[in-house]
Amino acid sequence: MAILVNKDSRIICQGITGRNGTFHSLACRDYGSNMVGGVTPGKKGASVEGIPVFNTVREAVRETGANVSLIFIPAAHAKDPILEAVDAGIQVIVCITEGIPPLDTASALYTVKSEGRHLIGPNTPGIISPTDRCKVGIMPGYIHKPGRVGVISRSGTLTYEVVDQLTKAGVGQSTCMGLGGDPVVGLSFVDTLKMFNEDPDTDAVVLIGEIGGSAEEQAAEYIRSDFNKPVVAYVAGRLAPPGKRMGHAGAIISGGSGAADGKIRALSDAGVHVVENLTMVGSAMSKILEAS
Amino acid sequence: MNLHEYQAKEMLATRGAPIPRGALAYDPLSALVAARKLKTDKVVLKAQVHSGGRGKAGGVKVLSMSDDIRSAAASILGRTLVTNQTGPEGKPVSCLLIEEAPIIDSEIYLGVALDRSSGMVTVMASPAGGMEIEKIAAESPDRIFTVKVNPLRGLSAFQARELAYNLSQDPNVAGQINKIINILYDIFVSYDCTLVEINPLIISGDRALALDAKVNLDDHALFRHPELEKLRDRTQEDLMELSARQDGLSYIKLGGNIGCIVNGAGLAMATLDLISLHGGSPANFLDVGGGASEQVVSDAMSILLDDPRVKVVFINIFGGILRCDVLANGVIKAIRHRGLQLPVVARIEGTNIAAGLELFRESGLPVEIIPTLDEAARIVVQKAQTLASKAS
Repeated sequence: MAILVNKDSRIICQGITGRNGTFHSLACRDYGSNMVGGVTPGKKGASVEGIPVFNTVREAVRETGANVSLIFIPAAHAKDPILEAVDAGIQVIVCITEGIPPLDTASALYTVKSEGRHLIGPNTPGIISPTDRCKVGIMPGYIHKPGRVGVISRSGTLTYEVVDQLTKAGVGQSTCMGLGGDPVVGLSFVDTLKMFNEDPDTDAVVLIGEIGGSAEEQAAEYIRSDFNKPVVAYVAGRLAPPGKRMGHAGAIISGGSGAADGKIRALSDAGVHVVENLTMVGSAMSKILEAS
Repeated sequence: MNLHEYQAKEMLATRGAPIPRGALAYDPLSALVAARKLKTDKVVLKAQVHSGGRGKAGGVKVLSMSDDIRSAAASILGRTLVTNQTGPEGKPVSCLLIEEAPIIDSEIYLGVALDRSSGMVTVMASPAGGMEIEKIAAESPDRIFTVKVNPLRGLSAFQARELAYNLSQDPNVAGQINKIINILYDIFVSYDCTLVEINPLIISGDRALALDAKVNLDDHALFRHPELEKLRDRTQEDLMELSARQDGLSYIKLGGNIGCIVNGAGLAMATLDLISLHGGSPANFLDVGGGASEQVVSDAMSILLDDPRVKVVFINIFGGILRCDVLANGVIKAIRHRGLQLPVVARIEGTNIAAGLELFRESGLPVEIIPTLDEAARIVVQKAQTLASKAS
């Protein structure tokens, strides 16, 4: 069944008439995703190559039965669309936008959580379930292959790199998702590991972490106590100097915490197979699956 | 963006938080004049640089009025202060804060930050002030009190009161701390900060006083606080990093000799790690971003070609939104414009890969394309080592 998005996902795009919104809505549809509509205030009645456009999310949900939203709204205005999606009943909100002021994200996230919805991102490549041909994001669809390994990551292109390795090693994926590179994001490693634990169609997980925060340490603690599938992990940023943002706003080592070594140690201690050389992730997973 | 201590203190004082009396000085004579004006026995000279750990690095001096204040100021002003946080290049000192040195009865820590795992603004307080909060957390975590703030409700009066009474049982002192906590929270949310800190807040007799203060602003929210741009001190920022940011690039200088261009922050960090795993040393972190244009790629390439430390250029691209043909055009443009004295090794993969490879082939430029990442990294490191040993 994969997690969070599947063949039953009915997807709208908020910001569909913008350049990126249009391009990626069509790319998602080409991949096989069920793009049922789009929202741009004032553009009701327009059509993006057959995808109907609505003024509000509530209207789009009423007309199309949408339950997933993909957001491409400039950072300065991205908080309101997240809240609009929640109020209209959208269950899974994927926010691609990069550079949203963290206090805006934090405040929107509080509402998302209290209403029991899921926010992926912001600053995420999105989520894809290859078996169900459902892609809600900006990742290149063709590198993925249907299969039984879950992939979770805090990065975009690094995820593509790993997925490409998996596919070339003959290892298909159940669901791949980027949690987002910002300091405050919606779903965490622990949230998604819990879903993969329950998912009968996922046999193992690749976890791609990076410096900053303590999400990897929390994942390690959960894996040690409750996760019962094999995990291969890679943590980026061993060479990062303290106090510098390594591209992602969230990738910063502050006051001695958030460094790669501590994360690698925590994951190894929890029984995770941590790979030091990025280019060996695919083969490591392939070996583990063969052995089991 | 970081602020200087004196700027942070001005923000506090404007809102009614007590700070020591003091003045700025940009030369030794004005330092002496400023010290005399304070009409006190003891003064402190504090180097204004964007870094902690100034005291240990010799950037803070406590002096009596009978000491030679002018030469003490001269010994700090104009030098480059290297602290445990600045890296070996240090930060230039062009300004001193001259303050009265009050008697310290006890030291308190107060800070506000955004807690990543809960996504909530968190106010932290500890009676173990004067040392870094990370150190307090490691050594005596039971001496840190925190409250998480519901974003819809804001900081409640009882939360600030609770923290204040954890720090002092004296109603007068607790009242002052309570007021200061509210001011810190107010600064944090009104300016979109990443950190607002008073460390230490000292208790001197019956008065609380912010002896040191730090305000760090979130770059992603600066657009809604244009008035804060005038507080930026460019002398405290790396020039190459600054100019890269203006080009839409994310660049960080490192110590080695392999210049790197990568798309995506995670892949860029992983590329540095891979180089180091093979025994090499990167000159920089450079993320051209997910959807870079030809011009951005060309700017990135030019930064590396202009950097005298760079011996080899390594391009690692996994094209998603960034198409490989756009990348190739950008790289070729920069090389044609600047000329090429360095070996360039590229590993490219992803969207429009065939068109990208064809462009490099047609260009006739000596860009070595290696299909697998691990192999490419190995070759880059080898080349850098050969060139470095020739040079020495």
